[in-house]
Amino acid sequence: MTSDTTSRRDAAAVPPIRDTAARRGSVFLSSHPRARLWLLLSAPLTWLVVVYIVALVALLITAFWKVDSFTGEIQIDWTLDNIVTVVTGSLYHVVTLRTLGVALAVTIIDIALALPIAFYMAKVASPRMQRILVIAVLMPLWASYLVKVYAWRSVLSGEGILQWVLNPFGIEGPGYGITATIMTLSYLWLPYVILPIYAGLERVPDSLIEASSDLGAKSWASIRHIVFPMILPAIIAGSIFSFCLSLGDYITVNIVGGASQMLGNLVYTNVGTANNLPLAAAVALIPIVIIFGYLFTVRRTGALDNL
Amino acid sequence: MTTAPAIRLTALTKSFGSVHAVDGVNLDVAPGEFFSMLGPSGSGKTTVLRLIAGFEKPTSGSIELFGDDVTAKAPFDRDVNTVFQDYALFPHMSVLENVAYGLRVRGMAKKERTERAAAALETVRLGGLGDRKPSQLSGGQRQRVALARATVVEPKVLLLDEPLGALDLKLREQMQVELKEIQRALGITFIFVTHDQEEALTLSDRIAVFSEGRIVQLGTPREIYERPTNSFVADFVGTSNVFTGPVAQQVVGKSGDFSIRPERMSVKVGAAKGANSAAGNVVETIYIGGNTRVVVDLDAGQRVNVMVSNESLGDADKLRGAAVTVSWSASDVVTLAG
Repeated sequence: MTSDTTSRRDAAAVPPIRDTAARRGSVFLSSHPRARLWLLLSAPLTWLVVVYIVALVALLITAFWKVDSFTGEIQIDWTLDNIVTVVTGSLYHVVTLRTLGVALAVTIIDIALALPIAFYMAKVASPRMQRILVIAVLMPLWASYLVKVYAWRSVLSGEGILQWVLNPFGIEGPGYGITATIMTLSYLWLPYVILPIYAGLERVPDSLIEASSDLGAKSWASIRHIVFPMILPAIIAGSIFSFCLSLGDYITVNIVGGASQMLGNLVYTNVGTANNLPLAAAVALIPIVIIFGYLFTVRRTGALDNL
Repeated sequence: MTTAPAIRLTALTKSFGSVHAVDGVNLDVAPGEFFSMLGPSGSGKTTVLRLIAGFEKPTSGSIELFGDDVTAKAPFDRDVNTVFQDYALFPHMSVLENVAYGLRVRGMAKKERTERAAAALETVRLGGLGDRKPSQLSGGQRQRVALARATVVEPKVLLLDEPLGALDLKLREQMQVELKEIQRALGITFIFVTHDQEEALTLSDRIAVFSEGRIVQLGTPREIYERPTNSFVADFVGTSNVFTGPVAQQVVGKSGDFSIRPERMSVKVGAAKGANSAAGNVVETIYIGGNTRVVVDLDAGQRVNVMVSNESLGDADKLRGAAVTVSWSASDVVTLAG
């Protein structure tokens, strides 16, 4: 027995570990956790600070400057005028409420559409069907945003397919306007709501739903008491996408919104036509404040405790 | 109707595609019985349990519960409850809310269901832990919460799907005793699925041994262990020395298939040829606490295991390589059906 093992070891000797520069580097890193952390994080941190935080702070600061009405140059003159204009102007009230309404409607529609689709994908479909559906949900994201919005413009137009379908019933289509904007935005952001809810449902073990049913809960009670509370953080994650993306949108409303304006349009016209960057920055603060308010409310309800 | 079995399975079959997970199972379980379904993984025992619970619909056959045909009923319409292998506790609810859940969905008032749930937690000795979340409990505690949650709704039959599989040995033995006590106290039928033959032998009134979707033997633990009817049961339940074909002819002296338990055999140094014995050489002696397992290569050409108490063995190390005689009494030879 023993001699047998020895001869086998001689035949295929394991080579000794060689001392290379890479190996010495690894040894250094494995014994210096702090250096390891710095190497890992320095690049993304630099990017985050420069691109994200500096740009955001610059935006905030610009809102407190003003534009020389004669030359059109930005003057570094500290003033609250822009903020006051935005807070008191009735135009800004109307547009803010309209934008908020559109964002809420889009979010509610998307959640209502996403829940059954995501539930089917995660809990009912076969693994094969599941893969096909994930690709189907992601597919619209491969196409250009503009192309999709223009496609909706043609669907919603007076001679479009929607009107053609509705004609036999004697129903007038929505035409261009707020309804069209809500429909188009709901379509655009739906994948961003389906995917987190799908991922959330995937994490709910089937055995929990079985256990609920086993204990006497009918399907609806199981969904209400077990599934819904467990996927609430995922629903909120999805709603943050659809809500924030809708708040900031200005292209869709330009193309299918008729004469309606949203906050994004005000930012766009103030930067472009009116050449008033400080006022645009002040307008841009509105969605930021709304989103902070939304996140704060969500946090207060405790919905993210199970995250 | 008074003698209706707690569970009656008639020609129960479940196919997944071309695979027959359960293949024509007929079974009666008496009320109040502790019944185990024992088998290796993939033998269909868990599928039978899921069919009884209603999580799967049978391909054909029927399931009766105290004389009621429940084959087409949904899980929430069946008077059976399940203790899941992974416990399946609701992570967003406290322990007390978990236990009260079955009462809550039945519409019981909050005060009463809280009292009952607290009492159920008391019976599984988790009285003070009602406010905790399941994630704050140990494996053994979660196990007991699952048990309390399933029994608080007073089912007629409790289904247990390898409930002790995730626990360590000491805790498992302790829980076995508790399970048996709870079953006696509640007087309800337990259907217990396990792949652990020792667990099944310890706990059960009767055992069904499963293999490839069928019941290969049904009987009391003693019958299953001492009188296995076929080589699968002899091999799966405990260790056995199974003799087949020409070797059986040579060793046992009859044609057919036979099984002899290791602890029913003894080893003696030297050749003492006679009936009910066979000569061989010791390959290995393995110390396992109270006993020593002696592995012998019989001259007839088969390796057998013999379980010997340490006192009767003497110096085990000297035994290795020695020529020995393995002997047994004729009554310990079990004839197998095949």
